[in-house]
Amino acid sequence: MTMQIADSVSLSASDAKARAKARADAAAARDNLRTEPRAVRIVIIALAVIFLTVFVVLPLVVVFAQAFSRGILAYFAALAEPEALAAIKLTLIVAAISVGLNLLFGVVAAWAIAKFDFPGKTFLITLIDLPFSVSPVISGLVFVLLFGAQGYFGTWLRDHDIQILFAVPGIALATTFVTFPFVARALIPLMQEQGTQEEEAAISLGASGLQTFFRVTLPNIKWGVLYGVLLCNARAMGEFGAVSVVSGHIRGETNTMPLLVEILYNEYQFVAAFAIASLLAMLALITLIAKTVLERHLDEGQDASDH
Amino acid sequence: MKDKMPVTIEVRNLVKTFGSFKALDGVDLKVDGGELVALLGPSGSGKTTLLRIVAGLDWPDSGEVFISGEDALAQGARERHVGFVFQHYALFRHMTVFENVAFGLRVQPRAVRKDETGIRTRVKELLDLVQLDWLSDRYPSQLSGGQRQRIALARALAIEPRILLLDEPFGALDAKVRKELRKWLRSLHHEINVTSIFVTHDQEEALEVANRVVVMDKGRIEQIGSPDDVYESPATAFVHGFIGESIELPVQIESGVIRLGDRPLRLAADGLTSGASRLFVRRHDMLVGPAGSGAFEGAVQHVRNFGPVQRAEVALSGGETIEIDAPREKELRAGDTIGLNPRRYRIFAG
Repeated sequence: MTMQIADSVSLSASDAKARAKARADAAAARDNLRTEPRAVRIVIIALAVIFLTVFVVLPLVVVFAQAFSRGILAYFAALAEPEALAAIKLTLIVAAISVGLNLLFGVVAAWAIAKFDFPGKTFLITLIDLPFSVSPVISGLVFVLLFGAQGYFGTWLRDHDIQILFAVPGIALATTFVTFPFVARALIPLMQEQGTQEEEAAISLGASGLQTFFRVTLPNIKWGVLYGVLLCNARAMGEFGAVSVVSGHIRGETNTMPLLVEILYNEYQFVAAFAIASLLAMLALITLIAKTVLERHLDEGQDASDH
Repeated sequence: MKDKMPVTIEVRNLVKTFGSFKALDGVDLKVDGGELVALLGPSGSGKTTLLRIVAGLDWPDSGEVFISGEDALAQGARERHVGFVFQHYALFRHMTVFENVAFGLRVQPRAVRKDETGIRTRVKELLDLVQLDWLSDRYPSQLSGGQRQRIALARALAIEPRILLLDEPFGALDAKVRKELRKWLRSLHHEINVTSIFVTHDQEEALEVANRVVVMDKGRIEQIGSPDDVYESPATAFVHGFIGESIELPVQIESGVIRLGDRPLRLAADGLTSGASRLFVRRHDMLVGPAGSGAFEGAVQHVRNFGPVQRAEVALSGGETIEIDAPREKELRAGDTIGLNPRRYRIFAG
């Protein structure tokens, strides 16, 4: 009797051991299903890291290394050059104008597209994407065609003494055109997903159109607006092609930062060129960080509306 | 609110099309002051469109809408002073519960707007009314479906609406909460006495909550009547089929005889016009008797028990299979041959 009990105990113990082993094997098999062999994993990850290093990290490091190659004083001296200061100022002005305009147009366009049905809506959406699909140089040339001395409005503009090409208005116009899709593109899907029910609720509660827009529509899209503005700004400050065509490269007057970088580089002023370039690189880094933060907010907004 | 005379609603010959789809096809409806009316119908029957037109959220192609005798189509949604509760609540997601309810008070023109204390008192009152004052600092995403629905109702009531319109108010809720809210809505309506219309596709909801039911199908009104009317004396084949569980059989009427297939039925056919017709019987109105005793005859296929009744699938001798509800005492077994006699039945031409 006692033997029998002991037997069954030892049997169950070995059973348990066998079960544990079977489970471990199964778990290992499952892991194997999910992941590649160790060697393959290492090779793939190494390739990715090398690629990123060569194409992203290295250029960034080189920019800063070159900028500081003659020491920190030379760096700041290069930035304090009147030409450099003029370029920074112009870039900020142009970015402010084009971001401001695109904020306005982008919100209005997204609002119209997402909240209303009208004929030609698909065409309008395609039109908004146009600047993305056209080479920036062509975009710049369009403005030369319109406002240049031989352009459609050239004579009229000259008669009225209005300078658009080779001046701030032209650069701002070209930049605005090239960066137009950012705000609208960030907002259209967001607003379409949110639908029109909250607006309808607001109106039926007695809110006017403006009250509805400022109290309901805008607060709902504020993170999307910031996201669009951020990307729009980054592109506006970094735009080269379109601006290059309309700017005229007048030193100290119509050179934006990217244009000045090219000029300085061609004149072998490497420290100055890379000093300006380092500012643009920093802008890119800040943009990336801010973008990550904003994306988290946007996701949260989406989660909240998921219920 | 209680002292005010409840307001009437009237729509005349409303037509509304979306592209080639006729959402409303000549709808006339009169709602008396203080009524709680249900618009009942399957999806696509036009009931929500009708509600939205009354609220001013959609415009008809033609027809007229009067609220309290005034031409409502001459006013925008904003001026109509209508409380609207949306199917998916449409609470303002970036505002707290308190601010959601206060919204209608805050957007009023300065001249009539309450001061901050006035607004606070009123919102508190409304949150008490829907029994959710403890939620006032939460955001909509933190509430359950039933809570959101009640907040949406409180928000709509904040502006002291002349009428209250509810679009599928319980559509997105689970069965238990739905039943609770139904009772609650009825007592709330009794308390505030505002003329109300709600849209539903759930017949049980319509029959239980409303004091009048409007049955709609394909953009037309099929029947208007009390819950008893539409259930006991359906005016059309659609209403009979849609409300309550019915057996529907295609029959042929020839010179005073009702035929199912080639078999004459022992049912009175007085005053019926000849031709193809449809016979409707409620499942529980089909009485079971011994074989050879009834108007129909059939073999029991399956029997399942449903609470107080047993539901039997019966293959009629003509070939059709029907489902009947019989009391549990009557013992039915698969394979039995039984006679069936409708206690009540209706025949609609076509």
